[in-house]
Amino acid sequence: MQIDPVENAEIETAAKLGAGRGVGVRVRSVSKSYGGREVLKTLNVEIAAGEFVAIVGRSGCGKSTLLRLIAGLEQPSNGNLYFGAGDVKPEIQPEIRIMFQDSRLLPWKRVLNNVGLGLPRASLASAKALAQVGLEERAHEWPAVLSGGQRQRVALARALVHDPELLLLDEPLGALDALTRIEMQQLIESLWKERGFTAVLVTHDVQEAIALADRVLLIEDGEITLDERISLARPRARGNLAFAQLEERILARVLKHPAAQLDSALGDVSLQRTVSQVGWAI
Amino acid sequence: MNAISTTAEAPASLRRPRTGTGTARKGNATKIWQDRLLPWLLPVALILAWEFAAKVGWLSSRILPEPWAVARAAWSLALSGELWTHVRISAWRAISGFAVGGGLGLLLGLLTGTFKQAETLLDTSIQMIRNIPALALIPLVILWFGIDESSKLFLVSIGVFFPVYLNTFHGIRSVDKGLIEMAKSYGLSGWPLYRDVILPGALPSILVGVRFALGLVWVLLIVAETISAQAGIGYMTMNAREFLQTDVVLVGILLYALLGKLADILARALERYWLRWHPGYQ
Repeated sequence: MQIDPVENAEIETAAKLGAGRGVGVRVRSVSKSYGGREVLKTLNVEIAAGEFVAIVGRSGCGKSTLLRLIAGLEQPSNGNLYFGAGDVKPEIQPEIRIMFQDSRLLPWKRVLNNVGLGLPRASLASAKALAQVGLEERAHEWPAVLSGGQRQRVALARALVHDPELLLLDEPLGALDALTRIEMQQLIESLWKERGFTAVLVTHDVQEAIALADRVLLIEDGEITLDERISLARPRARGNLAFAQLEERILARVLKHPAAQLDSALGDVSLQRTVSQVGWAI
Repeated sequence: MNAISTTAEAPASLRRPRTGTGTARKGNATKIWQDRLLPWLLPVALILAWEFAAKVGWLSSRILPEPWAVARAAWSLALSGELWTHVRISAWRAISGFAVGGGLGLLLGLLTGTFKQAETLLDTSIQMIRNIPALALIPLVILWFGIDESSKLFLVSIGVFFPVYLNTFHGIRSVDKGLIEMAKSYGLSGWPLYRDVILPGALPSILVGVRFALGLVWVLLIVAETISAQAGIGYMTMNAREFLQTDVVLVGILLYALLGKLADILARALERYWLRWHPGYQ
């Protein structure tokens, strides 16, 4: 029996990362232009395996573009993206799945067959994935009869049935009502904790970003101007003081207004100030 | 409600039985009358008026024979077997013309819709030919094909080709690009992508073309059969006109209407089955 120290070290690092199925992402000097207009300017980001990263920013700042570059739907004009350890392109592409803002279900396939898209044949895996999002009794219906929230849940099941190492979420909850959004956030968080994939969430909702992510990136004019680590304990309560202060700070940063000083004599007026400061959010 | 009703009586509206028997049954009868019988009120009234006018003598039997005479003529033709021969031959011409023209239109539409080079090469020529009225080609057709079956087949095919081609082309081009992007990111490509995403997406448009072409088939067949024929409904009608058998002429016209209606019913049934996933059919 040969003892290979390099192999042993690799196994140890893998074991330390836990039973999670995640792959790290390295964005190296990536820039993207569309017909002369530079959307992303020389970005450098490192996302650790199993991390939950949220990307926030105003509309048109380039956050969706970054996600599409990571997903491979578009190619960077300059720079490279690497997955896994090291700056070398792996031989086997990692399992990357993306959830879009609209569910993009095939309307002519039943829910179960939609979940099993890309699988060699409809199998137990699709039924199990559907059960995980709580829609197993709707397996044989047409997508046309489902509500928006249900369709996004089917899309989530479809993304998860392949057991992805990297899950990309492009504002998936933007079109849902507030209550469904909170339920979906809890669902995504629980599935992420259970499976340990790396998640990158693009959202315009700062509260959603803080509720779900380990790290929040802010993209402004194609550059990353904020990289904040969220060290609140999970599950995160929205009413929590630390949560609210963090949200206030990041939101003020996004809106480019100075964060207000809390007037302790009057109690918690942070919400009032934020509301009065907001003139043009999008 | 139980807690309240201990002190007060339930309001009158709640006392009436919910599973309405009297009101519901009456509603059902009205519905049957409206949906099934009312549409036929006008045609039946027209036929009765026609019969009356013929019996009284307002309508000469040479101009428009009474419905009863038409029915008798149809019956005698059916008994002698002539009717079935003509119907069979006309139906065969319609089916083969539809198959050739529709099949070619489908294939070329798929080709030019899918491959940009094919569109660049072929589309302009096809659009130029499309604008030539098929019936204006009759003298040329007689010169090229003579007066046997191939001339009729050619005329019907060329008329059927264009609606099917145009709608197939348009259908393929207007498949939701978001769905194609999603399917590609989930690992579909080549034939599975075509079979699962592009073709079903184009199907509603293709079916519109098919239904339109089915209507055209009979128009072109009538004319094609009057060029010169030895059998067929058109021949039967032309022959009867020579002998002033107006009732047989009417039988021919009614047969065309009936066959056209049958073809449309078939197309609608196909559409209802193939498009049962469509929100419009839910």
